[in-house]
Amino acid sequence: MKKVELIDVSKSYDKQVDVISNIDVTIEPGEFFVLVGPSGCGKSTMLRMIAGLEEITGGIIEIGGKRANHLSPDKRDLSMVFQNYALYPHLTVQQNITFGLDVKKVKKAVQAERANEVAEMLGLTGYLKRKPRELSGGQRQRVALARAIVSEAPICLMDEPLSNLDAKLRAHMRMEIRRIQRKLGITMIYVTHDQVEAMTMGDRIMILHEGKIQQVGKPIDIYNYPANPFVATFIGSPPMNICPARAEPTKSGVFVEDTIHVPLNEEQLVASSARSLLAGIRPEHIKPLVSGTESGNRIQVVVTNVEILGNETVFSFQIGQREWMAKWSGQWDIAIGDHVPILLSSEYFCVFDEETGELIRKPEGLEHLSIAKEVIL
Amino acid sequence: MTTVRAPGVWKRSANLRIGFLYLLPSIILFAVFLFYPMIRTIYLSFFLTDQNGNAAVSVGFENYSYLLTSPAFLNSMKATGLFVLYTVPVGIILALFFALLANEKLKGIGFFRTMYSSTMGISVAASSVIWLFLFHPSVGVFNRILLVLDFPQIQWLLDPEWALVSIAISTIWMNTGFSFLILLGGLQNIDEHLYESSRIDGAGYFYRLRRITIPMLSPTLFFIITISLINAFQTFGQIDILTKGGPSQSTNLIVYSIYREAFINYQFGTASAQAVILFIIILVVTLLQFKLVERKVHYQ
Amino acid sequence: MRDSTLKKVWIYFLLTVTSFLVFFPVLYAFMISFMSGSEILQGRFFPEAFNFDNYAKVFDRLPLFKYLLNSFVVSLTVMVGQLAVCSLAAYAFVFIPFKGRDLVFFLFISTMMIPWEATMIPNFFTIQKLDWLNTYQGMSLPFFALAFGTFLLRQHFKTIPKELQEASQIAGLSRFAFFWKVILPVSKTSLVTLGAYGFLTTWNMYLWPLLITTNSSVRTVQIGLKQLQSQEISTDWGVVMAGVIVVIIPTLLLLFIGQKQLQKGLSQGALK
Repeated sequence: MKKVELIDVSKSYDKQVDVISNIDVTIEPGEFFVLVGPSGCGKSTMLRMIAGLEEITGGIIEIGGKRANHLSPDKRDLSMVFQNYALYPHLTVQQNITFGLDVKKVKKAVQAERANEVAEMLGLTGYLKRKPRELSGGQRQRVALARAIVSEAPICLMDEPLSNLDAKLRAHMRMEIRRIQRKLGITMIYVTHDQVEAMTMGDRIMILHEGKIQQVGKPIDIYNYPANPFVATFIGSPPMNICPARAEPTKSGVFVEDTIHVPLNEEQLVASSARSLLAGIRPEHIKPLVSGTESGNRIQVVVTNVEILGNETVFSFQIGQREWMAKWSGQWDIAIGDHVPILLSSEYFCVFDEETGELIRKPEGLEHLSIAKEVIL
Repeated sequence: MTTVRAPGVWKRSANLRIGFLYLLPSIILFAVFLFYPMIRTIYLSFFLTDQNGNAAVSVGFENYSYLLTSPAFLNSMKATGLFVLYTVPVGIILALFFALLANEKLKGIGFFRTMYSSTMGISVAASSVIWLFLFHPSVGVFNRILLVLDFPQIQWLLDPEWALVSIAISTIWMNTGFSFLILLGGLQNIDEHLYESSRIDGAGYFYRLRRITIPMLSPTLFFIITISLINAFQTFGQIDILTKGGPSQSTNLIVYSIYREAFINYQFGTASAQAVILFIIILVVTLLQFKLVERKVHYQ
Repeated sequence: MRDSTLKKVWIYFLLTVTSFLVFFPVLYAFMISFMSGSEILQGRFFPEAFNFDNYAKVFDRLPLFKYLLNSFVVSLTVMVGQLAVCSLAAYAFVFIPFKGRDLVFFLFISTMMIPWEATMIPNFFTIQKLDWLNTYQGMSLPFFALAFGTFLLRQHFKTIPKELQEASQIAGLSRFAFFWKVILPVSKTSLVTLGAYGFLTTWNMYLWPLLITTNSSVRTVQIGLKQLQSQEISTDWGVVMAGVIVVIIPTLLLLFIGQKQLQKGLSQGALK
């Protein structure tokens, strides 16, 4: 299994502005690495640069420790699954799967054997003689997957492979792709715009925005400690509530919307002095005010919208100029116009520098549940 | 070494070289059999030539001034103009009528479509021979019908008054198949939903024809008008077989005139000048078409 | 619903009458081809009997087999040549991006504005100088490059997803192999359209074979018809029509089989 290394990679068209700049990342052998970002952020371009389908205009790409900047795609020892699957319409499923092997002049008997093996793994055995147009969307997706697997390339690239499937099938395929990747131990680089896919599939994820890396890390770390407001609102649904905050050095903290006080330590105070700030809190950290609650900022809010989802209840309310959202687990009997007392614990707040986007204060006291500690065995 | 070495000019121009390789057959053929002869034709039009088509004496614009004052050539231009006028509008309206009929969803419509398009599969030479018989003064169908109806007989191809009309009739028939196929294709590309929604609004057949069919068909109509015009200017085979330019030059259309001047009279200089005039006419017609129709055609 | 029945009857009536009128000349020629001279003079529509005397005669008086063979060879050559040349060019226009490609494309468009007849004099001398008069290459080579054919194929190639090319690149397929193994098989339908169109137009070509054939070695059936008509005029119309029927059967068959395909393909290439 091979590692992929990008060193200060950038890309521009016609010597204009960089569409991708200063990409520095190492993707470890056998890792499931997800590139995620809104459309037009450059994630597909980055994947295609790794594949060799796009020239890079600056920096170095190393694959398996060897420089690959000008290597043609077939010499990079990788496979790729495309969003529209790119199946050859005139070939049968079997011929589609063995296409790459045929190009590499692998013996027919070996081709057939490997095709059968992969077809079995993906439940395509009964469809080998069919043409792509006779298959459903999900089956086509599997053929595309099979084609990537059969090449036995140590690196697999996927460009939004699940975006053309319906929600149920997508959830299923997420698990299946993850299972296959673990089983084969290949290095996977996976592009998606869907933060759920990124969170659930990636060993590590990289969030891209306007051609720049926003944050790289484990999904849960990124969720808990977003590096900047963009990441904070991009990951998580509903997004983190973000609003302006004002530093008050005398009160050793910041005020959010003039009412909510968030304390800062010495270091954080220095970093925040004379800067304009943003504060954020995740919807699920806004708690109902129940009897026995002592500390924290209590506010009474007016509900402007409610969504009851069965297992959780999401509602909106106005604080200052902004609409906030809260997410409570369970079914709550709330109606629009209700006055609801809520608790905004200051420990859960993030504080960002508005200009640089830098995270000044990490949220504290996040719950980490572990089976060993919490469950009575 | 951490700097990226830019690939050399050779490598960067790979696409250019390979692209040209794929285009090379076309480019060579166009150069040899289209661009070179077009330039050569223009060149020859300023010369008197010997029997082998070599430029002998430079005469400047004399070939042109000779042509533009020659009653024979002016007559040929007039005949060509009239011929275009006779064939193009009638031909297209007829083909459109057939296409509208054949676009109805009825049982056995495929058979009728095949009948209408059949003339596309019949060569100019074969059609001309058939029409030569139909126009025959004594055994031809037309004169037999006239006889039955007690009308005076017409010397279709022999009467200078009628010869061009006769050629036009046969040409309209020959071109129907192709125009029909193209127009039918255009009709079938129109989105069914447009008709359904207009039917819900209660629009009648002719209202739909005027407000939906014709506007939506306009790109196809534009295409077929251009092609028909160009084809009409290029008419040759039917003249050669039916009338040989006669009687008294009344059907001496421009391409036939070029052919005769060059390959029967060996006047390659004046023939070239005529060819240049043909080229200019077609160029102007095409450009005018584009300019004119660009504004009016409704593209989806 | 009586309204729509009436409409249907009316349309069927129009369809029948007009399509009969359109097809009448061919049908009549077919009938004549079985008639003797006296039958034709009587002005009948149906022959007394379907005997093939006239067909035997026409093959007797003209080297019609030779002409048919020539027409086949020339039409097939042009067809294959056009398919090869046009598909290569269309491939470059869609799948090989390079600087100046638009300019070359404009050059291709401009060829549509040059009427072939305006270039025939120098072309004739070119063929003469190459000593290609009365040869198959002289008959076919000038027609291999065709802007219309290139457009038609380009339109189809443009509908092929670019990802197919990228997937092939990753699999290690060379450019030409991609063209040969993927693009051409995927575009079978438009290749068939262009092929049929090329065959049909070449089979029916008249002026060029008239110019460059001086003997029967490569002369095509169209010129054969002219010969036949000038030999037999006003004497034996039955024989002439037999010749006509023999000449139009291959193309009519081709048209009847491929009518649907041709109509779709041509209107697609013409527009968009």
